Amino acid sequence: MTKDECKQLVIEIIADIAPDEDLSNLKPDVRLRDQLQLDSMDFLDIVMELRKRHGIEVPESDYMKLASLDSCAEYLTPKFEAIAGKK
Amino acid sequence: MKIGPHYDVVIIGAGMSGLAAGIRLAHFGRRVALFERHNAPGGLNGFYSIGGRKYDVGLHAVTNFVPPGVKGTPLGKLLRQLRIDREELGLCPQTGSRIAFGPRGETSLRFTNDFAVLEAGVADRFPREIDGFRRLAAFVRTQDAVSFDAPVGSARELVREHVRDSLLEEMIFCPLFYYGSSRERDMDVGQFKIMFRALFLEGLARPFEGVRQVIRVLTEKYREAGGERHMRCGVARIAARDGRAAALVLDDGTETTADHVLSSIGSAETLALCDPSLPAATPVPTVAPSKRLSFVEAIRVLSAQPAALGLGTETIIFFNDSDQFSYARPDAQVDLRSGVICLPNNFQFGERQLPEGLLRVTALADHGRWAGLPGERYQVDKRRWFEELTAVACRFLPAADPAALQAATVATDMFTPCTVERFTGHLEGAVYGAPLKNPTGRTHLANLYLCGTDQGLLGIVGSMLSGISMANLHILEPAARGRTLA
Repeated sequence: MTKDECKQLVIEIIADIAPDEDLSNLKPDVRLRDQLQLDSMDFLDIVMELRKRHGIEVPESDYMKLASLDSCAEYLTPKFEAIAGKK
Repeated sequence: MKIGPHYDVVIIGAGMSGLAAGIRLAHFGRRVALFERHNAPGGLNGFYSIGGRKYDVGLHAVTNFVPPGVKGTPLGKLLRQLRIDREELGLCPQTGSRIAFGPRGETSLRFTNDFAVLEAGVADRFPREIDGFRRLAAFVRTQDAVSFDAPVGSARELVREHVRDSLLEEMIFCPLFYYGSSRERDMDVGQFKIMFRALFLEGLARPFEGVRQVIRVLTEKYREAGGERHMRCGVARIAARDGRAAALVLDDGTETTADHVLSSIGSAETLALCDPSLPAATPVPTVAPSKRLSFVEAIRVLSAQPAALGLGTETIIFFNDSDQFSYARPDAQVDLRSGVICLPNNFQFGERQLPEGLLRVTALADHGRWAGLPGERYQVDKRRWFEELTAVACRFLPAADPAALQAATVATDMFTPCTVERFTGHLEGAVYGAPLKNPTGRTHLANLYLCGTDQGLLGIVGSMLSGISMANLHILEPAARGRTLA
């Protein structure tokens, strides 16, 4: 999986959680919270969807690594690959 | 005794708050069961069928309506957290509403989903108050729209800081009380801010099919998420042990257990389920700031659209027949001095229109004067007040022709505080629950929490947000922090 593919999966999750947001011009290096109206509960929802859809666990101590799309890709891509490797 | 399964969470009551909490928890993979004593979901915002017609109870309009694209609102938060697409609710905005004071509503303020209309009305009728009114609105706008730990305090005092004319003060409060105050004569500051935003800054709308459409969306989401729902089966008793809700005895005698219990049936109603012989119960405040409030509602089904019968094209009319407004439990079966007229046909349904006309008239009522009446007397009183309520409504609908209205009436129904109590279990038919709220939802038992009316968020959007907030606060967030006690 490439980092861009990883970002796309995160965007898909955000699109379902926040259908009222325009996600077409998200800047990958800017905090999601600064571009979108997401509160801490919304991040909990992103974590929940990652687990439900992709079997990825994100412990609370790592939530800050989901701050921007770039940091999401950095943190999640190895996790996606680890899971793909198990299959 | 039959032993039922163990659940992560049991929710008591399938009203708006219980269903919303259930969806939230089931989304997060919790094993959830909802127990509801009545045969239909909805609770205080339910519906019933008589003679092949379905009647909404509770809901006149969905408050907090904002058009698509408006961000940071309670409705938006609700849709997000329950994964509801706006289209599913099919909300149609109001045409316009009115606050009408005086014997025939001589002093009126119109309001629509555009706040500027109300502002212009205040500027016109109360020119010396407009600056204060704008300051009040600006203050409410700066407040967090979705916070639920709102401070308790007098909304009267807050409004009087900005508005000096007592008539305007009463006119502002009238719709807010009727659509969401469990307290007599005043409301908590937090509740005021929620209701002012819900009615005036945001607005009113209705799904074409009324409350059934909301309930259907909620029950389907809940089922799809994997939640269990048991109807005609309430929780009869909560067995407490070591300061926790250890087991639940259902109406059918089954005993079931859960890590967490979320009760939407009211604070006193929930405590009554807990075994009183156990020492776990901490004292609960018994001095309520006011009596419990309930309503009667007279419903007329008409063979024509309301506008064709002179009832006008407005959606809701909040009326009061003098400058003095008393929002309190009346010293009579019904208080005819003030109330709410709802014309459900008068929403912007587009090409469609409800097949029959509807006129609903709601007023304050005293539960004590309805309870315990012999069956025949109860029916006679209902018929008498039904006619009185219609007559009052006609005074505030200038072109109404009572004779034509009577001739066009094809069905009628009426509910009283006893009806509300019987079908929802809320003591004394208290439509907005106990006067004293419990914003954190915590109880004397560590794993038993309240949601719904007695937690404190009111209105239809508020009730759902109450369920969501309590599920988040007590169950999902602690679990995410990895220190759940369950």
